[in-house]
Amino acid sequence: MDFQVVVLAGGFSKNLVPLVSKEVPKALLPVANQPVILYVLELLDQNDLKYAIVVVEGESAALLISSWISINFVDRLHVEVIAVPEDVGTAGALRAIDHRLTAKDILVMSGDLVTEIPPGAVAATHRRHDAVVTAMLCPVPVSGLSESGSSSGKEKSKKTSRYNIVSLDPTKQFLLHIAAGAEVDKDVRAQKSILRAVGMMEIRSDLIDTHMYAFKRSALQDVLNQKENFQSLRRDVLPYLVRSQLRSELLSNGVQSDENSNGQDGPPDSKIVLSQLLANSSTPNFHDIYALGLAGSAPMRKTHKCCVYVANKSNYCSRMNTIQAFTDINRDVVGEASHLSGYTFSAQNNIIHPSAVLGSKTTVGPQCMLGEGSQMGDKSSVKKSVIGRHCRIGSNVKIVNSVVMNHVSIADGCSIQGSIICSNVQIQERAVLKDCQVGAGFVVSAGGEYKGEALAKKEKF
Amino acid sequence: MVAKKGSRGGTVGEDAGEELSRVPLQAILLADSFATLFRPITLERPKVLLPLVNAPMIEYTLAWLESAGVEEVFVFCCAHSKQVIEYLENSNWLNQPNFLVSTIESYNAMSAGDALRLIYEKNVIHGDFVLVTGDTVSNMPLTQALKEHKERKKRDSNAVMTMVIKQSKPSPITHQSRLGTEELFMAIDPETKELLYYEDKADTSKGTLTLDKTMLLDRSSISLHNDKQDCYIDICSPEVLSLFTDNFDYQHLRRHFVKGLLVDDLMGYKIFTHEIHSSYAARVENYRSYDTISKDIIQRWTYPLVPDIQFLQNSLTKLERRGTYRASDVGLSRSAKMGPFTVIGSRTTIGKHSEVSNSVIGEDCVIGSNVSIDGCYIWNKVNIEDGCRLKHAIVCDGVTMKSGAVLEAGVVLSFKVIIGQNFVVPAYSKVSLLQQPVKQDSDEELEYADNSSGNIEITLPNTADVLEEELRTEVSDLQIQAASEVGGAGFIWSVGEKGLEEEWRHSVAPISADRLVEIIKSAADELDISNAESNILPPSGELGLDSGNESDDGRDDLTHFENEVEATFLRAIHENVEEDHIILEVNSLRLSYNLASTDCAGALFYAMMKYAVDTPHGSAGELLKITDGVIGKWEKLLKYYLLSLDEEIEVILKFEEMCLESTKEYANLFSQILHLLYDKDILQEDGILRWESEKEQADESDKVFVKKAEKFLQWLKEASEEED
Repeated sequence: MDFQVVVLAGGFSKNLVPLVSKEVPKALLPVANQPVILYVLELLDQNDLKYAIVVVEGESAALLISSWISINFVDRLHVEVIAVPEDVGTAGALRAIDHRLTAKDILVMSGDLVTEIPPGAVAATHRRHDAVVTAMLCPVPVSGLSESGSSSGKEKSKKTSRYNIVSLDPTKQFLLHIAAGAEVDKDVRAQKSILRAVGMMEIRSDLIDTHMYAFKRSALQDVLNQKENFQSLRRDVLPYLVRSQLRSELLSNGVQSDENSNGQDGPPDSKIVLSQLLANSSTPNFHDIYALGLAGSAPMRKTHKCCVYVANKSNYCSRMNTIQAFTDINRDVVGEASHLSGYTFSAQNNIIHPSAVLGSKTTVGPQCMLGEGSQMGDKSSVKKSVIGRHCRIGSNVKIVNSVVMNHVSIADGCSIQGSIICSNVQIQERAVLKDCQVGAGFVVSAGGEYKGEALAKKEKF
Repeated sequence: MVAKKGSRGGTVGEDAGEELSRVPLQAILLADSFATLFRPITLERPKVLLPLVNAPMIEYTLAWLESAGVEEVFVFCCAHSKQVIEYLENSNWLNQPNFLVSTIESYNAMSAGDALRLIYEKNVIHGDFVLVTGDTVSNMPLTQALKEHKERKKRDSNAVMTMVIKQSKPSPITHQSRLGTEELFMAIDPETKELLYYEDKADTSKGTLTLDKTMLLDRSSISLHNDKQDCYIDICSPEVLSLFTDNFDYQHLRRHFVKGLLVDDLMGYKIFTHEIHSSYAARVENYRSYDTISKDIIQRWTYPLVPDIQFLQNSLTKLERRGTYRASDVGLSRSAKMGPFTVIGSRTTIGKHSEVSNSVIGEDCVIGSNVSIDGCYIWNKVNIEDGCRLKHAIVCDGVTMKSGAVLEAGVVLSFKVIIGQNFVVPAYSKVSLLQQPVKQDSDEELEYADNSSGNIEITLPNTADVLEEELRTEVSDLQIQAASEVGGAGFIWSVGEKGLEEEWRHSVAPISADRLVEIIKSAADELDISNAESNILPPSGELGLDSGNESDDGRDDLTHFENEVEATFLRAIHENVEEDHIILEVNSLRLSYNLASTDCAGALFYAMMKYAVDTPHGSAGELLKITDGVIGKWEKLLKYYLLSLDEEIEVILKFEEMCLESTKEYANLFSQILHLLYDKDILQEDGILRWESEKEQADESDKVFVKKAEKFLQWLKEASEEED
């Protein structure tokens, strides 16, 4: 096997407070009542990638995750969970497991990815071009999905954060420029040398970096070792590789450029190459031309290729890295991307576990889910929400656009809109929650009204 | 006439047809390039009248405009305007039935901007018009571009111009197109084809080009091109003329007007592009494009504008095999060889054993025996005696080359020059009977202003005859002096300021392989520079998979402010802005960002140090010297902001930060530069010592630089004690 899969599962993500808790690291947060990491592992399983290394930040989170995986994937995947110190970043995590990387190419995926795009497609692109890195990009969903209750939060996030800014070549195969992190909101700075070599680049702001990368192992290790201050794959390693693609500093890449020169017609006659260049000949691969450009006189120019796989628009792809994304993914997986959930939906387009008990005149709308052993009182209604296992929901309760995790009790007359209720929460009578996040074990007192707040027990991380 | 217009309108689009038929399609033809690239030839004859494959350039432009459906052309003449007008009067252009040609003469226009302002005053343009220069060779149909332009205009009244572009990738080595023009960077909206960015005089020192972030706000993608060529054919709405009048400082069509519109988002005027794929469009901008376009014409890319089809004024020639064209009355000796892609005009005779290949020879030339001509452009009435050798040269009317003379690659012989026996004219030299004007402002930025000297020429007798006469007398006067230069008559012009280094770029001769190798070598160095530049990007301190979207606003503001101050400072350096003005600008920046004056000191200091470190330098010592220079020069400015100890400490802290982060090169020079700042009285003793004491409580890791400066601090303390 020459593709090694590394799943970066993170730890207790600070972005997802108060959803994560000591018992629930990010990777185990539920999406349609299943931990989010299941979706990645299922994807691997479906694509016949049977071996994976799951890297988790922090020992305790690693224990939780490894025990969950060993129960659920015991005979399907060979998964190894490795703990790395917290806050080492994605690059740091790979650096920490450096000695474990042995295959020719490494497929790095984020553990919070919910998608149906086969990693094999990325791997194939990677191989086809003999690239040092191939990133998977997916188009930004066009519809703003504005129907969701939390529209206010949505607009805000749209204004403040732009997606990635990437530049592709006209064939949409090569990555020529990527603005990451804080740079996204700055002016676009395109490298002239690359533009000259390619002739035209397309700057796109409508593609999202999905954090699924294929790396050439030797190159990745080179970068990690050479640049010790690199912490993030996305913000440091990838931009660095893209920036330096026409003047590669990778040591082990020499092999590749040799291959280039020995390509078709033996050692290239400098005159032929020059005349080709002068004649503006456009050959499909600008890297090779560029590398050959110096063949006549100066030492061979080293190049390496950074490729992209642009996913089809119809494929679902989303990362759960914010609270907003958590709500969206939960909604989507029981809604428009329901095929990902692995459940069969009823005629009403919802999933109600056979063991769930509904009171009289209680309705569960389409795109809803009611987990095992949950009970609902009379005259309650659930719309576009996911409700976990063993919840007790009283009468006259309204739950709209929300996610309710396990063992939650909601007393009579409550109204919950656009909120996330974590496990073991108690909500007492007539509480009204709108756009709130309630942390695990919290007790919302009777009659309390909250809007857009994060409620959690005082817990130290 | 009316009927004709109607039919034309029909092709443009039915709904627009009616509206169109009222306004005839007009064109402005600038018969002056407002440039000096064709000197010395253009000192005697305007560029538009120079022969291109044996027909004056303006013929190509006019013939194309006529065939493309333009109904009225205004020819704007400035330099040698009398010659242009006289030429048009003698030609048939002024009495075509459906094609109105009229001339507008000016004596003091110095740029395209001036020309358009003058035309605006004349109030002759009533609708959309085509703006071209008289050196354009094209066969593109205008209908499609016009239709697009009109439709856009209807939807958005700010769409004032449509620029015609064509695919052409510049050479990766020389960074110039095959037409010899500078590489061009353009950003275009792939959906609407709106032009967003235009950079033709690329600043080679910068490895990156910066697109404003706002461009991506309302569109999801931009295509950035380095593979397009600007054809200098513009379809303009009448607003363009008034824009030139409103902005009286617009001179150059591209550098000022296009860039001006792109930068100005207040008015919201937009420029769009129209790309042509199958048709031809190019402009004779320099000798290299003269060469390229001539070859394109011979190879029939410009059909129907080719030598064997008679559009007005060119003599009829017949196409023979291997792309040769020969007039019927050529006197070709039996043993003379005519190579491929050669044009020979009427009544020219070629002697025994002479060889001509890849060349254009005009009318009434006499070429002796054993002459070899390759890649040359020989105009009319040229006399080349036996045994001459010419390679990649331009030889103007009336030149005589005595036997055995040799022209090396890239030579230009202006009118009536005489080259002496066996004289070898060195490569890339330009020879003219006229002396080189003493005032050399070949600075291309000032091209438009340069024409002032061209105007002086106009005050000289203008018609060809008088000029000739004067020349004759001049020749006799200067013959002795000139004779020594070329062994005949003529002065070898010294190469402009840019020197021989740049001469090859625009010459007719192909670029030699040696030269290419040289460029490649220097390109490697260039890369290293851009390498260093892009590596400044700091590695992010943010962590992990969790993308923190919230950034600290205060910090953000500060970095913005610093960037602005740095930009201001750099501008000051490059444009020699006075210190007072910088202070004014920085102050206003400070107010707009709502920051303290300590931040100004820090930011300015940062900008200076950054500038110093960005100046190419070899060793640390050199860097120190550069820093010394920069600080010395802007000492006053810095001091203005160093009002109290707080500012001084801020400067030191800033410097420390720089050493740690962005410009590590300073790290080892820390103590020396501190000393330097002390010597220059920028930092006071108290400030430095306070900084030290402030640092005392800090972590060990923070004290690195205190330690580095230990000796200096020691010295300071001792010095002060002594004083006590």
